Amino acid sequence: MSTTLTSERPPEAPTGPEPERPDGRRNPMAAHPALWLFPVPALVLYITFFVIPTIQGVVYSVTDWDGFSPTAQFVGVDNFVKIFTGDDLFRNALGNNLKFMLVVVVFQTVFSLALAVFLTKNSKSSVALRSVFFFPTILSSVSVAFIWKFVYDPNFGLVNSVLGAVGLDRFQSAFLGNDGQAIYWVALTQVWFHVGQMMIIFIAGLQQIPQELYESAQTDGASRWQQFRHVTLPMVAPATAVVMAYTTVQSFKAFDLILGLGGNPPKGSLDILSTRIYSGFANSQFGYAAAESLVFMALIAAITWIQRRAVKASSPDA
Amino acid sequence: MTYNLSRRVVLGVYAVLVIVPLVVVIFGSFKTSQDLFASPFTPPTDWQGGNYSKVVKDSGLGVAFRNSVIVTGLSVPLTLFVASLASYGIARTTGWKSALLFGFIVLGMAVPAQANMIPQYVQFETFGLTNSLLGLVLINIVVTLPIAVFILTGFLKTLPKELFEAAAVDGSGPWRTYRSVVVPVSVPSLSATAIFLFVIHWNDLLYPLLFINEADKRTIPVALLSFQGEFLTDYPLLFTGVVVASAPIVIAYVFLQRYFVAGITAGAVKG
Repeated sequence: MSTTLTSERPPEAPTGPEPERPDGRRNPMAAHPALWLFPVPALVLYITFFVIPTIQGVVYSVTDWDGFSPTAQFVGVDNFVKIFTGDDLFRNALGNNLKFMLVVVVFQTVFSLALAVFLTKNSKSSVALRSVFFFPTILSSVSVAFIWKFVYDPNFGLVNSVLGAVGLDRFQSAFLGNDGQAIYWVALTQVWFHVGQMMIIFIAGLQQIPQELYESAQTDGASRWQQFRHVTLPMVAPATAVVMAYTTVQSFKAFDLILGLGGNPPKGSLDILSTRIYSGFANSQFGYAAAESLVFMALIAAITWIQRRAVKASSPDA
Repeated sequence: MTYNLSRRVVLGVYAVLVIVPLVVVIFGSFKTSQDLFASPFTPPTDWQGGNYSKVVKDSGLGVAFRNSVIVTGLSVPLTLFVASLASYGIARTTGWKSALLFGFIVLGMAVPAQANMIPQYVQFETFGLTNSLLGLVLINIVVTLPIAVFILTGFLKTLPKELFEAAAVDGSGPWRTYRSVVVPVSVPSLSATAIFLFVIHWNDLLYPLLFINEADKRTIPVALLSFQGEFLTDYPLLFTGVVVASAPIVIAYVFLQRYFVAGITAGAVKG
């Protein structure tokens, strides 16, 4: 089915302006010249406080600037060489971040799809449950972190209390205190935090699947599971792509949740890239942290790109 | 039916997983540590507001709350204003320049905060905008502009051209059309975007952590984070902080749920 991928434009709504009239006649009112002034305030703010700092970040990244000295040494690619070869802290944070990402992307996508499938119909109970499941999304990460700090508390926490009460003491854990597992427990918190939001995206996708597809599948004798496997899953692929891409980016931005659960600065077992960069900044390693942040940005872009390729390759209809 | 059974089990279990921790937090904010640890799931035996007065007065959460109201109260409408102006200009012009403008601004969504926060800090310090609520307002506007423009332009492009042409025929210039046509017909999308921005600005931790180090300029999330060190495992106090910090958003959620779902989802679907 690779032929469908080559020449076609994606089926989404065109983002660029369309030629307005085929006869070439222009509506004189369509673009009043003064309309070009309307984006000016946004542009001025955006360029001054966003674009220029982004470019400056690139400049910092090739220096050893500490943030307060009047001058800085040009160090070429030294910062980048150190990031890739001699920085255990960065490697640790990268490893944690990838583990975190993997767990969050898998669980959040699967759980939100499952919830969405069960709540697709707009019945009263479905609508009510949707708003319950969506609720955690509106809380601040610090709030969510404090709630889960108690859930995971080794001595008084909810999980260990419940396990103790039902006689499953052997499953009790130190959770965040266990360095080998801590990052996974935070990942589950992140899933709890955002699964409702992804569920809503899936519901929007599921509601667009034509009902006739299920009806004809039923007349063909397809079971519920077969309908899900051969109708729902392929048809919902575009929503899956959005959810996975968004979840990935989110898992690199989990800065607040980590600080809330792991302290500031977080202990090594909970350090991820965004907290590592922040620590570099807090320790006045401006040049080095700027280099780290560029690597960080490139990494997110690369992962997002690979993901898109994978989704496209696996679903010829999407 | 295995389907109906599994549906009930999945939804039931997940509802418990969402609701129980929230109930524990609300109940816990009225308890002492001992009561909380002894019986976390039951309602407090007597509902004491002691934690609340302690948190609001002694810990400075009251001041932080006021700061957050100021910062969010200014950031949301100003972002909406600047973004809706830009979106209107972009949506009503055509050609490559318009497309380029849109692409240039929207590209900002792909840049993570960590990539430019350090130069931004240096810049804001040079301009005297660190330790300033106004500085926080400015950074909020700047970092949420790309996504706000993305959402609003998408919406404005769906409006029928006739709407604008009719206004122009009536002799309305672009500014008057913006005020008397664009803004009124955009109320639903502006509201959804406003809610989306409200949640981001109210909950933001990174920039206040970066830009503010005077205690009386802290916003809610930073003040809340500092509880961690101060009260360590005094969970009832942490919970009280969580309730106070979340109250405005939760109240808004109860009344404006439709816009929350629309706004936060529109913000997510940008891939």
